[in-house]
Amino acid sequence: MSVIPISYYLVLSAILFGLGAVAVVFKRNIITIFMAIELMLNAVNLAFVAFARAHGQLDGLVFVFFVIVVAAAEAAVGLAIVIMITHNRQSLNVERANLLKF
Amino acid sequence: MTVPFLLFFICAFLAVLGAVLLIVAWEPIHSALALILVMMSLAVLYLLLGAEFIAAVQIIVYAGAIMVLFVFVIMLLNAGIEERTNWSQFAKVVGLPMGFFLLLATAHFLSRSAVGASIANGTGAVSNAGVSTRALSIALFRQYLFPFEATSILILIALLGALILARKDN
Repeated sequence: MSVIPISYYLVLSAILFGLGAVAVVFKRNIITIFMAIELMLNAVNLAFVAFARAHGQLDGLVFVFFVIVVAAAEAAVGLAIVIMITHNRQSLNVERANLLKF
Repeated sequence: MTVPFLLFFICAFLAVLGAVLLIVAWEPIHSALALILVMMSLAVLYLLLGAEFIAAVQIIVYAGAIMVLFVFVIMLLNAGIEERTNWSQFAKVVGLPMGFFLLLATAHFLSRSAVGASIANGTGAVSNAGVSTRALSIALFRQYLFPFEATSILILIALLGALILARKDN
């Protein structure tokens, strides 16, 4: 049914991943940086589903399922860390979390 | 232009728009809403690719559970407008060329790889048969049973970790 070339999906996936990487470097807010990481995970998921479709295999979809589960676990732990840092530093700015900085 | 193409370009445009909005938004809550836009358009793209189950999970788990968690933390920490410092300017100057370079490098290696060659030689969408949810669940509970069970342990550990980290008195 789908007549869209698989490369279109891959191009979109690469663009979204690039934008996510730019957001990680750009943003100073720790929550927004975390959301940009989720954006990159989503971009990779799209590539996985596109490849699964291209090869007619199930494994890509199973991978996407596991990526979503791990992303949920990561979000839970990561946001707990964000809350801890914010309580200790009184700021959401990543530049304030500089104890390990040389 | 056929309907799937039109749908693809609309959703691709919305996804890229959401990603750009995530970057240019000043308030974290606007970034969160932009990310939800990206996830919703990706769910439609999964439907176009014939992965109904993944599309449903994308909406329920990603756009639902995970983003609610994000919005909850944004509200809890009362996150306002982002602070601007000198480093912000530096990040802006360095970040954009770096992101562009990353995009070019990804495209380059993808087109040079065996996968890229097979895509370039073929007509594109190779398989016509969409993957059914039934086949996916059989694979998940037979071939991938052990990783599936391992994820439940992982979720449990993440739950305990989050509880211990976010505890007030330590």
